[in-house]
Amino acid sequence: MADKQLTVGSTFTAGIWSENPVLRLLLGMCPTLAVTTGVKAALTMGLSVIFVLICSNLVVSLMRNLLKPHLRIMMFTLTIATFVTIADLFLKAYLPDMSAKLGPYIPLIIVNCIIICRAESCASKNGPWISVIDGLAYGIGFTVVLCVLASIREILSTGKIFETVQVMPGGFVPWAGMAMPVGAFVTLGLMLGLVNLVTKKKA
Amino acid sequence: MEYMEHIVLVFISIVLINNLVFTKFLGCCPYLGVSGRLDMAFGMGLAVTFVTTLAGTLTWLIDHLFLLGTALEVTRYVCFILVIAGAVQLVEMYLRKFFPTLYEAFGIFLPLITTNCVILGLCLFLNLWQVNDILMAVVLSFGAGIGFTMAICIMAGIRENLALADVPECLQGAPITLITAGLLTLAFMGFAGMIK
Repeated sequence: MADKQLTVGSTFTAGIWSENPVLRLLLGMCPTLAVTTGVKAALTMGLSVIFVLICSNLVVSLMRNLLKPHLRIMMFTLTIATFVTIADLFLKAYLPDMSAKLGPYIPLIIVNCIIICRAESCASKNGPWISVIDGLAYGIGFTVVLCVLASIREILSTGKIFETVQVMPGGFVPWAGMAMPVGAFVTLGLMLGLVNLVTKKKA
Repeated sequence: MEYMEHIVLVFISIVLINNLVFTKFLGCCPYLGVSGRLDMAFGMGLAVTFVTTLAGTLTWLIDHLFLLGTALEVTRYVCFILVIAGAVQLVEMYLRKFFPTLYEAFGIFLPLITTNCVILGLCLFLNLWQVNDILMAVVLSFGAGIGFTMAICIMAGIRENLALADVPECLQGAPITLITAGLLTLAFMGFAGMIK
């Protein structure tokens, strides 16, 4: 990454498709699998991750010259933990229902590998501007996958989307398995398979 | 006597029924990424068990002695992550001094345990489940570690055999691992309802 010139466009294509955190790098699996029972929860989670990713990338990039190698990871996690606390308190104050539903998965953003990975491989080597763009791009890539997975699971498990809009025809029998862990694992597995198939065709 | 029975039931429940990997999706990264070899998976599981027990107990104590009900509660996540990182560092130093061969075998996985979500997840769940006595916290932390070890070992065993199977090209690697994991969670749902 470091040897080639980073531009806004190339960062965005990398974050959303060619290096998509979930589909390509297989990072941040816990939240991907856990919060995708509904699109609303997935969207909240995605936005929180975007916020934390941008802020932590900015701070890490600003202090990148002060870091000692052996304390690096420690500083990253502490920075991330601070911003996650902010996000968590914000959700508790303004979206209490959603905060209760997501439960421990918001604080678990701290140990989400995507954020550490971006801090390590982009923000600790580049300036603040490109780091912020990088955070935004990878955050969007993560959110898009989350929302797609959540839409599939929500539509198949309840027949509705956004908890209210009926999508499936009247005779549809809700597919309870999709709301359970097995639905998350298998759907994501098939999605990865599909992405592999598409990339193979192109190449 | 009744208390002992309760403790044993809690332990079985966290290992089999509410297994953090299968029901809460915690620790998925090492579960899907590392578990290619059985011996490696077992070692990783033991290291995680040790750190979880230590970190779970310590964070419970810190939570209940200093943080809960005071203004310091906002610093909880920062405190937790510090304790976990400290515990991992301790294990690393101890192993390097007394079990150098084991230390060599773990390699990079040891520092990576810091960002294993099983550990932080468990510390958070201890609070969410309103665990009110220290023995229960220790048992739950230890059980969570054992549950993780069991899950990662089962997965590693399956993947060793999967290497010989004829998997469609586009599903090779991560996709088939995810689907296997899905079927495993389905199998473990059989334990649900065994204990209330």
